[in-house]
Amino acid sequence: MNEMTPPKEERSEALKGLGCSRKRVEDARFTQGKGNYIDDIKLPGMLFGDFVRSPYPHAYVKSINADKALEVPGVLAVITAKDLEPLNLHWMPTLAGDKQMVLADGKVLFQGQEVAFVVATDRYAAADGVELVEVEYEELPPLVDPFKAEIEGAPILREDIAEEKEGAHGPRRHPNHIFTWEAGDKDATESVLDSADVVAEEMVYYHRTHPCPLETCGSVASMDKVNGKLTLYGTFQAPHAVRTVASLISGIAEHNIRVISPDIGGGFGNKVGVYPGYVCSIVASIVTGKPVKWIEDRIENLTATAFARDYWMKGKISATKEGKITGLWCHTTADHGAFDACADPTKFPAGFMNICTGSYDIPTAYLAVDGIYTNKAPGGVAYRCSFRVTEAAYFIERMIEVLAIKLGMDAAELRRINFIKKEQFPYQSALGWEYDSGDYHTAWDKALDAVNYKALRKEQAERLEDFKAGKTRKLMGIGLTHFTEIVGAGPVKNCDILGLGMFDSCEIRIHPTGSAIARLGTISQGQGHATTFAQILASEIGISADDITLEEGDTDTAPYGLGTYGSRSTPVAGAATAMAGRKIRAKAQMIAAYLLEVHDGDVEWDIDRFVVKGAPERFKTMKEIAFAAYNQAIPGIEPGLEAVSYYDPPNMTYPFGAYICVMDIDVDTGTTEIRQFYALDDCGTRINPMIIEGQVHGGLTEALAIAMGQEIAYDEMGNVKTGSLMDFFIPTMWETPNYQTDHTTTPSPHHPIGAKGVGESPNVGGVPAFSNAVHDAFRAFGLTQSHMPHDHWRIWQTANKLGLHD
Amino acid sequence: MSKMHIKLKVNGEEVETLAEPRELLIHVLRERLDITGPHIGCETSHCGACTIDMDGKSVKSCTVFAAQANGADITTIEGLGNPDGLHVLQEMFKEHHGLQCGFCTPGMITRAHRLLQENPDPTEEEVRFGMAGNLCRCTGYQNIVKSILAAAAELNSAKEAAQ
Amino acid sequence: MIPAAFEYHRPDSIDDAIKIISEHGDEARVIAGGHSLIPMMKLRMADLSHLVDLQQIAELKGIIIEGQSVTIGAMTTQHELIADEGLAKVAPIMTEAALQIADPQVRYMGTIGGNVANGDPGNDMPGLMQLLDANYTLAGPNGTRTVKARDFYEAAYFTAREEEEILTSITFNSPVGGYAYEKQKRKIGDYATAAAGVLITKDGGTCSHASVALTNLADTPIYCEEAVSILTGSDLGAEAIEAATIAAVNASDPGEDNRGPIEFKKHAAKIVIRRALERAIERA
Repeated sequence: MNEMTPPKEERSEALKGLGCSRKRVEDARFTQGKGNYIDDIKLPGMLFGDFVRSPYPHAYVKSINADKALEVPGVLAVITAKDLEPLNLHWMPTLAGDKQMVLADGKVLFQGQEVAFVVATDRYAAADGVELVEVEYEELPPLVDPFKAEIEGAPILREDIAEEKEGAHGPRRHPNHIFTWEAGDKDATESVLDSADVVAEEMVYYHRTHPCPLETCGSVASMDKVNGKLTLYGTFQAPHAVRTVASLISGIAEHNIRVISPDIGGGFGNKVGVYPGYVCSIVASIVTGKPVKWIEDRIENLTATAFARDYWMKGKISATKEGKITGLWCHTTADHGAFDACADPTKFPAGFMNICTGSYDIPTAYLAVDGIYTNKAPGGVAYRCSFRVTEAAYFIERMIEVLAIKLGMDAAELRRINFIKKEQFPYQSALGWEYDSGDYHTAWDKALDAVNYKALRKEQAERLEDFKAGKTRKLMGIGLTHFTEIVGAGPVKNCDILGLGMFDSCEIRIHPTGSAIARLGTISQGQGHATTFAQILASEIGISADDITLEEGDTDTAPYGLGTYGSRSTPVAGAATAMAGRKIRAKAQMIAAYLLEVHDGDVEWDIDRFVVKGAPERFKTMKEIAFAAYNQAIPGIEPGLEAVSYYDPPNMTYPFGAYICVMDIDVDTGTTEIRQFYALDDCGTRINPMIIEGQVHGGLTEALAIAMGQEIAYDEMGNVKTGSLMDFFIPTMWETPNYQTDHTTTPSPHHPIGAKGVGESPNVGGVPAFSNAVHDAFRAFGLTQSHMPHDHWRIWQTANKLGLHD
Repeated sequence: MSKMHIKLKVNGEEVETLAEPRELLIHVLRERLDITGPHIGCETSHCGACTIDMDGKSVKSCTVFAAQANGADITTIEGLGNPDGLHVLQEMFKEHHGLQCGFCTPGMITRAHRLLQENPDPTEEEVRFGMAGNLCRCTGYQNIVKSILAAAAELNSAKEAAQ
Repeated sequence: MIPAAFEYHRPDSIDDAIKIISEHGDEARVIAGGHSLIPMMKLRMADLSHLVDLQQIAELKGIIIEGQSVTIGAMTTQHELIADEGLAKVAPIMTEAALQIADPQVRYMGTIGGNVANGDPGNDMPGLMQLLDANYTLAGPNGTRTVKARDFYEAAYFTAREEEEILTSITFNSPVGGYAYEKQKRKIGDYATAAAGVLITKDGGTCSHASVALTNLADTPIYCEEAVSILTGSDLGAEAIEAATIAAVNASDPGEDNRGPIEFKKHAAKIVIRRALERAIERA
């Protein structure tokens, strides 16, 4: 046998497995402009569809006249709700148990709602057709304020269900009410609050915003009438679920539908939902017999698909005089827009908002969420976060600050004395979760040391003196955050979407020459799955990551999975990958033992091979084993080397982190400068540090945008005020700071490789860090709470109300 | 409306096509000439995903009519490198993780290429100012800046070595 | 966002351009860099059926500096303004302001002519031209005429330019003394929340000449006469600065938009005006 076995380190390094900053395999094609995104797909004879949309937020549709549109050369069809009704496709089920109009059925409920679908030979003809469709509306009073929607006598938005007293999530109190969802113990919490030394109370608003990936949503549907097969390409974060939904609503048998997610130009939650454009492209393809493409423009993207947040969170937090938190109470009014199209697991209409006790050992807590209809776009997606986890983190991290003010305590110290202690894990929270692992004190101390917290507070105090003495007009804010996420949905016992359990999957085939292909039920939108999942596998099966092809997104070839969102790819599909790898290794062990003529138990795994125990010179590499699997008749073992794993995680994972933001604020102009941003993340086992760091930079920049300027704003008439990238704030390189990243490592005890997921942490933790910095700058002047986004005029307004402008 | 005969030089090759005058250059490139590297992100000249190089200028091709571009010399991401020899910028973006979903990347690199033509040795501040017409939603820009500065250093040391 | 169809023209002389415009009346529009017009056309908010592209007209290009006089062809791009070393020497405020317009790509295409002629109150060059007391040359079917920048703007998108005229060049005398263009904006690529330009010439300790103009603080640019008269002849001390600032703020008339309510904009105006004054005085 081979006498020149390379040393362990060398063999281990050659695998490019777990823990190394492997360069991304995706990049060669992306840097050369050879990505294949939805709008790059071009099929023979392909048509183009475009929407007529409502200019009004609330109106009856009296008539639609398409005669002039149909005269435009190239326009082939104009589809309305009337055409969809016989197919029962004028409405469709939402992911949240509600239903939503595909095309306006007698009424429009938000500005930008889809009214008719014009199908033409190309996008220019389609746009010309859209201009000429004549729609007669009768305007109705718009409802943009969810609190007004609850007042008796408010306009009734959803006349289709006005009389229904029971919704998908329990009783409905009034026609604009969707659900009430509760967690925790109401009576116990109220009694704790009543008898507490100190209670702080605040309304914390997390404004409506939008994931706004750089690529908008789109689809290409191709109905092949000859063999009855529908191929649907689209910007889908969950292609398998889309196939099932498409089958259920269209009546086409699921085996006759093939869904393909090509490269996706960013998702951030925008591409989880099912949109009217997808359905209309399918119908148009069935009607015309040709492939039909639909691509939304940016205005459509911002006004009609997938808003996020819009939670009004009324909170009360109680503590002893010494600062030990005793209770937390929260009532949330959730503005869901015209249809409840939230992308949440079925049993969680308010997502995982009940993670709102955060990183703290809070013995008693209560949460209630009321979902309300308004004349705004539907959505309620998890924008770079697990379901409603950013809202929860923002809420608790603001409440902690408000409590610190009430107690006259340093907010860092208040956090420290209330953290769940390392020895308390697994920790059962008052709102029903079992936190798997954590070491918050270590992370917190490391973070405070890294920024020299004491020196920062000293500098801040000096600045304040200078400000009061008229020597400067700039205040300094120190934004602290310690967040805990709940990701990796999730255990099938409590997490499903439309009845589909939220497991995920991986299928591996080892080729005879010792390379491999692995397919997963997830789909990358930039996270680098092809790079990192190959690393997981390399460490499990001893084949270099460079010799493993990763494929996702084609439902004809990939195993069923629930897709990529909620930081679930690594916790769930990553686990499936490791488990499938272990099945491969188990079979490989038997093959190796046979080849080495020993018992199965007499060989042991050594990085990329099995060796005979006590005889390291006798071994079989995975390459040799792979070949043997295909060319030898081994008694009792099937030929081939393949495995599949469907992984149902026993629990969620709970990544956490400590973020500190130092900001200067010009009280006269309301402009801000991020002087320093330190981000410590603990995502358990680190698969690829380079990619983790990139995820953190990106998530923090999205957090910066959300906290400091980004919003979907409506005027009182229900018009969208922020429909283009002029007004919808996305910072450029110039407004974006450099970030300092750091980590601790607390592996998940139940995940096969201990990984927890990281993509969304920086958004979850970043928003409160930026917002707390703004609030902290004004703390000395009595500010307890102000509303995001902290754009120039709102900061100016805060300063103005505090009397800081002579 | 009748179509115009549009002549362009794209990535060194003379090409001709028929297009309506109102067709946007990005659509002509992507749909008539199958050059799909430049992408459409915002359609209002804010995001830079459609950036190409036209007669030595970085241009957002979603805001140029095909008719205006008639006669122009255009370079897109496809003209910067090839599988046998990536451009240094392409190499450095890969090396320093300057991209994630890849949607902004062609516009980003094409703009960076022009920036380095005009300012071969930029400071970080100059990179951030000179690249402010390109939005990225994934990376937070930190590694893009790093990639561009690394490419500049690489190009400069290659230049010095040649002298 | 797809524009409606139109016929395209690319004349190579001003005369030919005017002929085409005259022929088609209000159905024709000229296009320079197009970065204001094309988005409007994509939104189908600009109605036209003939587009007259000025890119081939050599007479519309270039920067000519003769003694005190600076003449800039309408088709000169912001990028060319920034890159022009001669201009940076005689009118550095042009460079300073142009760098604050839009973003790099837009500056390669956006022209000074388009910026001053279309009457968008968000544009920076109109205020700057009022600051410099520039003259615009307009060519039409009946020959050419000049209009002072300070007389050109009537309301948002309404100017003294007749429909059949083309703005061919701008001319101003190179400013002496201190200068500053201060702009507050939400991000690169945005219009001003508030912007102010200031020119100051000192004679000993006294201000011998001053100019103050504002951008995006009303539906037209504003030349602040009262502020100018307060400054001129003053010692440019704290009192004069304060009085001039207040006078300039009083001349503003901002509207509410996503950048903020009126009250905030007036406050922001005050800050940028004062900062521009202080910086210009320091440089004078």
